[in-house]
Amino acid sequence: MGTVEYIQHHLTNNTIGEGFWTFNMDTIVISFLLGALIVLTAARMGKSLQAGTPGGFQNFVESILDFVSTNVRDAFPGHNPLIAPLALTIFIWVWLMNFMDLIPVDLIPYLYQLVTGDSHAYLKIVPTTDLNTTLAMAFTVFALIMYYNVKIKGLGGFIKMFLFHPFGKFLVPVNIVMTLIEEVSKPLSLALRLFGNMFAGELVFLLIALIGGTLAVGAAALFWAPLQVLLDLGWLIFHLLVITLQAFIFMVLTIVYLGMAHDEGH
Amino acid sequence: MSINATLLIQIIAFVLLVWFVNKVLWGPLSKLMEERQKKIADGLSAAEKGKHELELAEQKAKEVLKDAKAQAQNILSQAEKRGSEIVEDAKVKANEEADRIKAAAQAEIAQEVSRAREDLRKEVASLVVTGAEKILKKEVDAAVHNDMLDTLVKSI
Repeated sequence: MGTVEYIQHHLTNNTIGEGFWTFNMDTIVISFLLGALIVLTAARMGKSLQAGTPGGFQNFVESILDFVSTNVRDAFPGHNPLIAPLALTIFIWVWLMNFMDLIPVDLIPYLYQLVTGDSHAYLKIVPTTDLNTTLAMAFTVFALIMYYNVKIKGLGGFIKMFLFHPFGKFLVPVNIVMTLIEEVSKPLSLALRLFGNMFAGELVFLLIALIGGTLAVGAAALFWAPLQVLLDLGWLIFHLLVITLQAFIFMVLTIVYLGMAHDEGH
Repeated sequence: MSINATLLIQIIAFVLLVWFVNKVLWGPLSKLMEERQKKIADGLSAAEKGKHELELAEQKAKEVLKDAKAQAQNILSQAEKRGSEIVEDAKVKANEEADRIKAAAQAEIAQEVSRAREDLRKEVASLVVTGAEKILKKEVDAAVHNDMLDTLVKSI
């Protein structure tokens, strides 16, 4: 199998359906499993919650909760009970989906191919390298932004924002274009930033995997195989920072955008 | 990598997950943490209050102690005064008694002296008479010479 085919194979989703009604089953199943993991772990922990002396895992979760609520307090004016759980969900879910990137690129697809018996079965295990996932979250956040814009500012205030922001009443056409771009760029930048980072990270993992896969033949393996291990480890450690940072950025920007929607003077 | 119906599924999944996370994770845990925070704050304020009360009690105890000391001092000085009064009284009484006893003794002595003198005079008088009788070899008529004898006795 050639280099190009190898990479393309890894970046193709396992799909059901045709045209728009195509379902990327790997994305859907893995993101659902990770969501279920969050809910089940939380539910299990919920049974043994201790107010006085929290145990190890509860402490860990509490520190995440504390971290998220600190961020919400810092970046979000006023009070909205939806913001904090939303931010927490984004942080944990995105982090877990990104974390799939750190599993060796060939491991799960290979196991899947063994199980199904189809040696060409597609499987892309990082849901955030699928634009559908990142756009889904970004659109949901965008819908919330629009909803709170109208709810807090009123429909009149919302239209006024389009007409008179940012250059005042003498440049209404420019204002409309500017505000439109500003609003539309919010979900797009959210989705594309996460997608781009994860996609690129996955690509680098694939390229590193190719070092051992295509060059390590015979005696050359003595040189290329350790190099692959070294590079893989380095990129893995660096990528661990990237996935955390991307989850954090998605969360913070969500809070900030929703905070702006709640800001009446804007 | 095109956008397709997966998007819709993922939107539903995301919304559901937010709802679930709020229900099973954020809700109970943040409530718990809030309660704990409140408990700690309550405990701290109670401790602060206790400290304040302790301070007040200490101050009160100090005052009571000061009062007691002052009272004790008062009682002590009163007792001292009373004691010195009693001593003074006793001294005065003793002096009076001594004076009285001295006066009585003096009076007795004087009485004794005058009685002795009287006795002596009578003795002398009788001696003189006896002497004179012997000298004159005859009885002196006491009645005749009474006047002379009396003057003699008195002159002794």
